[in-house]
Amino acid sequence: MDDKPLKLQALDIHKQFGSNEVLKGVSLEAHAGDVISIIGSSGSGKSTFLRCVNLLEKPNRGRILVAGEELKLVPGRAGELQAADLKQLQRLRTKLAMVFQHFNLWAHLTVLQNIIEAPIHVMKVSRDEAVARARKYLALVDLVKMEDRYPAHLSGGQQQRVAIARSLAMEPEVMLFDEPTSALDPELVSEVLKVMRTLALEGRTMVVVTHEMGFAREVANHLIFLHKGLIEEQGVPTDVLTRPRSERLAQFLSGSLK
Amino acid sequence: MNWEVIFREESLAMYGEGLLTTLGLLISSLAIGGVLALIFALMLTGQSRVLQRIVGAYTFVIRGTPLLIQVYMIYYGLAQLEWIQTRWDTVWPWTYFKDAFFCALLAFSLNTAGYTAEMLAGAIRETSAGEIESAQAFGMSRFQLMLRIVLPSAMRRTLPAYSNEVVMMLHSTSLASAVPAMLDLTAAASRIYSDFYLPFEAYLFAAAIYLCCTFCLVGAFKPLERHFLAHLAPRTN
Repeated sequence: MDDKPLKLQALDIHKQFGSNEVLKGVSLEAHAGDVISIIGSSGSGKSTFLRCVNLLEKPNRGRILVAGEELKLVPGRAGELQAADLKQLQRLRTKLAMVFQHFNLWAHLTVLQNIIEAPIHVMKVSRDEAVARARKYLALVDLVKMEDRYPAHLSGGQQQRVAIARSLAMEPEVMLFDEPTSALDPELVSEVLKVMRTLALEGRTMVVVTHEMGFAREVANHLIFLHKGLIEEQGVPTDVLTRPRSERLAQFLSGSLK
Repeated sequence: MNWEVIFREESLAMYGEGLLTTLGLLISSLAIGGVLALIFALMLTGQSRVLQRIVGAYTFVIRGTPLLIQVYMIYYGLAQLEWIQTRWDTVWPWTYFKDAFFCALLAFSLNTAGYTAEMLAGAIRETSAGEIESAQAFGMSRFQLMLRIVLPSAMRRTLPAYSNEVVMMLHSTSLASAVPAMLDLTAAASRIYSDFYLPFEAYLFAAAIYLCCTFCLVGAFKPLERHFLAHLAPRTN
């Protein structure tokens, strides 16, 4: 497994909001094909960590490498790191497509327009190529007939699948999922998880912040349990979940399995 | 009632000329005001505190004072300044300040720019934070984010309020008749009133023309709204 190329390294990420230290040095390495699940109770810093990886949140300390290329960071005014080179940040972000908890589709664009927007205008892919890609990934998420709808006219599960297709159309090195099913009605969760399972089987590299223990256990090959801004436990999901070593994780699991 | 006078050829010609002036004034001031409004709205929502303050003060004054007074200030007020008087025969662009149409156009453009800028700025500020974040996460530069996501979305949401502003501007152009040399639709009605002493007929006819114009404007905005705001319409399936 470790001989596969490294796709993402986030090393010793620190983040504080005011005096509140949310991340106290969290590191993650994803090789090609890895599916890494990050779990933890709310406030453990798992979403913040994921957002630090593509600099939606500015870390106070740490290093980020995407497919071996280090993101150049310089200290900003408020003691946070910021990108030294905006062009580089924008380029690396295209390799880290993110799927958000609240989908964050562009409301004034149709499904198809949402998917071809960044490939055309950021990655400078031709329109025909972008549309072809969009249709391919819409088929993958099973929404072929929906391409002319607007996001508001879709169900939550459909919107999230569009968001996943939008990320896929970037053909990213790593896909980042920020609690992709947390805003969905229970009966819509499974349709999104099914798509994510397919992606994992295709060998895509994914980092998934989630509350879905079933997904973490069955699909992920690595599990990270965050507690109060630190990695409390990590390892092969079945081991970590069935034989928690720390009391924190045991507590967390007993709470989440209720 | 004496409608025969109104429908005489020379009266109709005067109304026609007035209507053309009114529409010319409306369209030009909306065009100039629209461009200014876009620039002002970007300044209002931009990162420079100084620009925010300056434009904020501008829209405060424009929206806080009557349009008629703004027209008077530009047409009569500026003309009184010696500094301008010494220049307006020869030095460009001050030569324009002798022209009544230009003064009215300037006042209306600045006025509609003030109102529209605040509307657009409000819509820009209300753009969903999530949509902005996803644009950033997909590698858009600040310029692309503005051009591709924020402005298209904000301008669409401004459309219903803006159609109202356009109708208000149509009616506001009647204030141009306060400038003696202007022959807009209201001024045309006033002339016919004073020539024939038929105030009711003269103004009623003008009002009917304004009503028709409003009807057309509202009618033109309807399909625009249906097209550009389709994403906010209730789902039909």
